[in-house]
Amino acid sequence: MLEYPDFLKFSIAPIFDVIVDWILTNLSALFDFITLVIANLFNGVEAALSFVPWWLFVMIVFLLGKKYYDYKMASLLGVMMFAIGMFDLWDSMIYTIAIVLISVIVSLVVGLPVGILMAKNERIEQILKPVLDAMQTMPSFVYLIPAVMLFGLGRVPAVFATTIYAIPPLIRLTYLGITGVDKEVIEAGKAYGSTPAQMLFKIELPQALATIMTGVNQTTMMAMAMVVISSMIGAEGIGEEVLIAIRRLEVGRGFQAGFAIVFLAIILDRLLQGAANSLEGGTVHAE
Amino acid sequence: MPNEQPYIRVDNLQLIFGKGKRLQQAQHLYNDGATNAEIREQTRCTVGVRYADFHIKKGETFVIVGLSGSGKSSLIRCFNRLNKATGGSITIDGMDVTKLDKKELLELRRNKISMVFQSFGLLSHRTVLANVEYGLEVKGIPNKDRDEMAKQAIELVGLKGWETYYPHQLSGGMKQRVGLARAIANDPDILLMDEPYSALDPLIRREMQKELLNLEDYIDKTIVFITHDMNEAFRLGDRIALMKDGEIVQLGKPASFFENPANDYVRDFIADVDKTQVLRAKQIMKEIPVSFTPDTPRTDARDKLAELELDVAFVTDEENHYLGYVTFEDLDVSRKMTVEKLLKTDLEPYYRQNFIKDLISLLDEADYDVPIVDSKNRLRGSICHEVLLSAIS
Repeated sequence: MLEYPDFLKFSIAPIFDVIVDWILTNLSALFDFITLVIANLFNGVEAALSFVPWWLFVMIVFLLGKKYYDYKMASLLGVMMFAIGMFDLWDSMIYTIAIVLISVIVSLVVGLPVGILMAKNERIEQILKPVLDAMQTMPSFVYLIPAVMLFGLGRVPAVFATTIYAIPPLIRLTYLGITGVDKEVIEAGKAYGSTPAQMLFKIELPQALATIMTGVNQTTMMAMAMVVISSMIGAEGIGEEVLIAIRRLEVGRGFQAGFAIVFLAIILDRLLQGAANSLEGGTVHAE
Repeated sequence: MPNEQPYIRVDNLQLIFGKGKRLQQAQHLYNDGATNAEIREQTRCTVGVRYADFHIKKGETFVIVGLSGSGKSSLIRCFNRLNKATGGSITIDGMDVTKLDKKELLELRRNKISMVFQSFGLLSHRTVLANVEYGLEVKGIPNKDRDEMAKQAIELVGLKGWETYYPHQLSGGMKQRVGLARAIANDPDILLMDEPYSALDPLIRREMQKELLNLEDYIDKTIVFITHDMNEAFRLGDRIALMKDGEIVQLGKPASFFENPANDYVRDFIADVDKTQVLRAKQIMKEIPVSFTPDTPRTDARDKLAELELDVAFVTDEENHYLGYVTFEDLDVSRKMTVEKLLKTDLEPYYRQNFIKDLISLLDEADYDVPIVDSKNRLRGSICHEVLLSAIS
């Protein structure tokens, strides 16, 4: 009596199995294509990043820090970057940045239009809102399974899983940014005879830019978090270091890699925020 | 001067906010004469405008006044279809706004009507110049011409030198000047102004009102002006419509509100309006019975005055510019050939757009009627003591 009755048990697991199976048998060509594109993109980005000498990297971070903040912040960020090299994690970091960068780019390409559609269409809004909620609450590990099944092991499934995990804030903030544009500004746009396209590109997107930048920042931070986890499906990078440390119970190594991740996250966060704030210069309302 | 032809005709306009079945139900109730509250209770639809029926003349400044929620903002948005009327029609220059297709609507908004907003509606990511250019930009005017036109408009509203600033760097009054410049850069026939000065503090507001009146002498636009401030309405309006609960309660010239208020609501509404601060000279001035030019023969002038039993007359040039006055006494005793030699110039003319409050002291000092002129110093009328007293009593 106290136990949940057997006849009421129903598993939804087979549904997802069937869906993924179907995709595997019928859409393999599509996924091969995506794999090819992402793999090539990845190699390109990684090669480009590796081409930059380490000291130039540190300097760029320092100069950007100085541009957006002050000498103190610039020095701090520069030292953090330098420390990652000191920990002998430079190549891992380049790899990690490459995955994050590609995930953010894919998120932008997909997330921006989706966010705009969501702001424009009530139906799409109603459907997507709970989907986004679910995506953000879903444990990140779950995304690893279909990623592996669809793309095998390695960098491509890592990009896939990272993107899926990181995209919701960008969509949500694009949507919020556009729906949050001042009502009178929208009316002014209409009253002066803007077409829907002019409304979007001359008024809504520029006005929403600050909010969208916040979304980019959040997406980047989520991607940073996920890229560590996706080392479990064969992505290299700093996450792999952590994984190795766990397997071998090497506490020190784990913390060293952990700090490298924290440093990288801080650097990306501050620089993106700085960029967003400098954009906002002409965007903020004085009120 | 306003042309007497109706330029904008609003016929039996109805605006109910709602959708589908609810809206139909609301319209049904509306036709059966239900009140706004009843309609809202039964259908959850809000009535914005009911049975609005009036016309606006070309070149006129038409003020719609009412408390918040009276439907005035909803009504003004029907003119450029930011609100789509659910019944009746608005005809502008022979074109029914409620029946335009998308393309025609864009045309209307781009070329015929501009709008100024209460909280300015400026694009915070654009400079002053780029804001003023917006209307020109969306209709595809080339960059160079656009700059030129925008700069003219900016100069007209007195913001020259501020072109490269961003809205957040400006004060409220300056922001609204940008809004106005954006509106007139388009060179529209009609200016819609939705409580443009309500967000400004009283001093700036007064100044902006004055500037708008001055501007009327330079740009010949039909202005539809919304306000909740009766003083402002009287100060600016050639004619005024007072709205309550979506309906127009009284419509007419400013003076008519004082002469015969339609009901107690109107009486209450105008109770604390200081007439000397809101009535303009042109609203109470009388026509001039006779005026002379400097080369009018003295005897002709004397005989004319004797015939009309007047003891003073104004003198103007051929183009009606005010020059001075002559008295019957001088005309009678002098031996000069024309009135030119008898011309007296110690009587300052009064600008017709000015409020009558300064006239009181002026008339106390002057022995004669005060001549009223327009901004180009053309004689338009005169005001005597009795007229002034009856206007403010």
